[in-house]
Amino acid sequence: MIKLNVNGKKVGVAAERKTPLLWALREHLELTGTKYGCGAGHCGACVVHLNGRAVKSCRVALGVAAGGEVTTIEGLSPDASHPLQKAWIAEQVPQCGYCHSGQIMQAAELLESNPSPTREEIVSHMNGVLCRCGTYTRIVSAIQRAAREG
Amino acid sequence: MQTNDAKTHQISRREFLGGAAGLTFAASIAPGGAWLVSDANAKSTEHEIGAWVRITPDNRITIITPAAEMGQGSMTGVPVALAEELDADWSTVTLEMAPAEPEIYGYDRRGGRVMRITGSRAIRSYFTQVRLAGAQVRKALLNAAAEDWGVDATTLTTEPNTVVHAASGRRMTYGDIAAFANVPETMPAVTEADLKQPADFRLIGTPVDRADIPAKVDGSAMFSIDVQLPGMVYASTAHAPVHLAPPLKWNDAAVRKLPGVIDIVQLEHGVAVVADNFENVLAARKALKVEWQKGAAEGYDSEAALDERYKAVAGDKDTRAVAQAGDADAAFASAAKVYKADYRSDYGYHAQMEPLNAVARFNGAGDRVEIWEGTQSPGSSRASIAKALGFDRSQVIHHQMYMGGAFGRRSITDYTVEAALIARETKKPVKMIWTREEDLAFAMFRPQNLQCLEAALDDDGRIAGWRHCVIGDGDRLLYSGINIEDYYGVANRVIEQRGVSHGIRLKHWRAVAHPFNLFAIESLVDEMAADHDLDPFEFRRRHMAMTPKAKAVFDAVEALSDWHAPRPEGRALGLSVTERSGSLGAGVVEISLDRDRNRIRVHKVWAAIDGGIVVQPDMARANIESGIVYGMSSVLRERATMKAGAVVQSNFHDYQVLRMAEAPEEIQIEFMERNTPPTGLGEIGNPLIPAAVANAFYALTGKRLYHMPFTPERVSAALEA
Repeated sequence: MIKLNVNGKKVGVAAERKTPLLWALREHLELTGTKYGCGAGHCGACVVHLNGRAVKSCRVALGVAAGGEVTTIEGLSPDASHPLQKAWIAEQVPQCGYCHSGQIMQAAELLESNPSPTREEIVSHMNGVLCRCGTYTRIVSAIQRAAREG
Repeated sequence: MQTNDAKTHQISRREFLGGAAGLTFAASIAPGGAWLVSDANAKSTEHEIGAWVRITPDNRITIITPAAEMGQGSMTGVPVALAEELDADWSTVTLEMAPAEPEIYGYDRRGGRVMRITGSRAIRSYFTQVRLAGAQVRKALLNAAAEDWGVDATTLTTEPNTVVHAASGRRMTYGDIAAFANVPETMPAVTEADLKQPADFRLIGTPVDRADIPAKVDGSAMFSIDVQLPGMVYASTAHAPVHLAPPLKWNDAAVRKLPGVIDIVQLEHGVAVVADNFENVLAARKALKVEWQKGAAEGYDSEAALDERYKAVAGDKDTRAVAQAGDADAAFASAAKVYKADYRSDYGYHAQMEPLNAVARFNGAGDRVEIWEGTQSPGSSRASIAKALGFDRSQVIHHQMYMGGAFGRRSITDYTVEAALIARETKKPVKMIWTREEDLAFAMFRPQNLQCLEAALDDDGRIAGWRHCVIGDGDRLLYSGINIEDYYGVANRVIEQRGVSHGIRLKHWRAVAHPFNLFAIESLVDEMAADHDLDPFEFRRRHMAMTPKAKAVFDAVEALSDWHAPRPEGRALGLSVTERSGSLGAGVVEISLDRDRNRIRVHKVWAAIDGGIVVQPDMARANIESGIVYGMSSVLRERATMKAGAVVQSNFHDYQVLRMAEAPEEIQIEFMERNTPPTGLGEIGNPLIPAAVANAFYALTGKRLYHMPFTPERVSAALEA
């Protein structure tokens, strides 16, 4: 049993230490907002926060996260009230929506450390998260809106 | 507007029809009969029926939405058209996803009804059908109010969710009516003449928020990959690297000993491992060593074939004429000048972000299966699952889920059939997920092709003759978008397709063949314009006999892009027409070239689109933005190849799709103001990109690109040519 803190709650996962955090979250803990896209760290659909840093959860072993603080999209805010979530709705960003948990978690890390990022800083920070529907221009607008409106 | 809890996807028809007080308007499948029937009729009829609209005394309206949602917004857009004619207050509307019953929820197509959402078909196919239904419900409400007030129904009007009798000032909400009225035995007849004029639209043309978006920002939107069932186990399939080769033997005993492994299931074209959790599936899948029989693609080398064999086939007489008009031979024989060029395009992968997956659960008796999947075609998927299991359709209970991308891949649900077969064998609920590597290795590709074009100019310099031959595998997948008469008048033309066959799985990709066909057509047009030393717009106007519709979109994009204004140093513009699913447009891109890395960068895109009535402008815009980025991805990055019969690329590191750093900084879209019926907009964005980028590259460098994608190697070769 591996213990960690997920979205502010202590949880135990009955899985091997080498199990990717992604599958522990999705299938063992049924927090399915975090998505599987490539399993190899290329796409970023699986981004969550581990001890305050955005990580690709498919590349983090559960054992490495043991004892750590994990935040998933389900724990970003209690009621979708995070400025990014509100901005994502205002800009009507998602299309298929599959990558956007990862997009929002990646963006949340940026705004945490840089409340007023430039366009270049946004692009550089977000470049690791793929969106196959091509919502990139709206993602940039939404991050700028969240930075503006807080 | 609200939606139901994302986790409840299936409406219970019995509940919907027989449940709470209020009015339920159901649909009958009786051919040619009234489309909507009463609740009472619905319950007594022998016909299969289903609810479409329900109005409850609390003045709320539920509309069943028939359009599969893959990000294009149609699950919201189609009900908007119904709500328009119903004169519904959109804030009182709740949407529910329709079950997989095309006889009830399908649109009319070739004498039947289908729910297949391909070819940008949702809005344009359902538009009139659901408007008539909305008008019919409104008329029933008017009649009920008229009877209650003792007035003539023709003296009544509606405002959102309200019937108004202007003469007496009386008003009644739809909810008030639902509290006392019954749905009439026979629904009032309506015809297209009863529908609103565009000037009277309250909802069509006015953006509403998409119903699915709130659940897509907090992780609650349910895709099939998210389904959790008690006692569920996990599976993943290994398919032969050479497509469709059946399995011969594998290290069964060794894999069965691995932790958590429950079963190994042989499939026609694969071997599936089943385990207690997905990490154990992945480990077992990795340890599984399968020896395969021969597949048709054995030994296939896609690059060598495109270089050598396709060119040989181009000279072959085994030709299928797709279209011809006039006398092309005569036009070429008497031509003042002939232009010729060959164009190539590589294989493309859909690369939807959600790897293909499905969940299946059988009942204890094994005579009923429940399916959770995301499909573009719920009706045919349900039928193919039933067929694979030897079941009647009624034995398949189908739950439609959101799709994490589709782009044409998900109108065939071979993956769901696999999940069902595995669940039957394993006798447990199964979540079957193809790994990304499997999704790519066993993909169904947009076919590679060679295109040979020739244009004949007459003595007046007008395009009098046109020959376009496309060579490749996949038949119909090769020649959509090849008919230039949709935008350019050329009296004498021959359009041909010559086949090869490689045994590689192929499928409709976003806009099917339009991207590469328009790449070839519009590249040649640009080459002729340059040879005449004419501005590309001017050349088209003088030499190409544009249709009025084409002329309008070209004029519009010329102004929108401020085409004639100077651009910054190192930037250049390129132009292309775009056409798909009844829509027509023209687009301009502004590019630069990173000469150290030979990478083209697209900075800005402008598009003027004629899509008829635009039901939801922001959703339409989002679709076109998406298509533009999808198109850029396909010409700047994406490339699949086969060696020794197997797909070479394995994941997003070597099958690269466009990232944010290469996305355009600005996309401007203008819709032509039209009162014509809506046409498709989901795939109008990407066909304009290949030629526009290649033509901009010429404007910037004086060199032509003839092979998409425009990889650094090809850019480098073009610059040195």
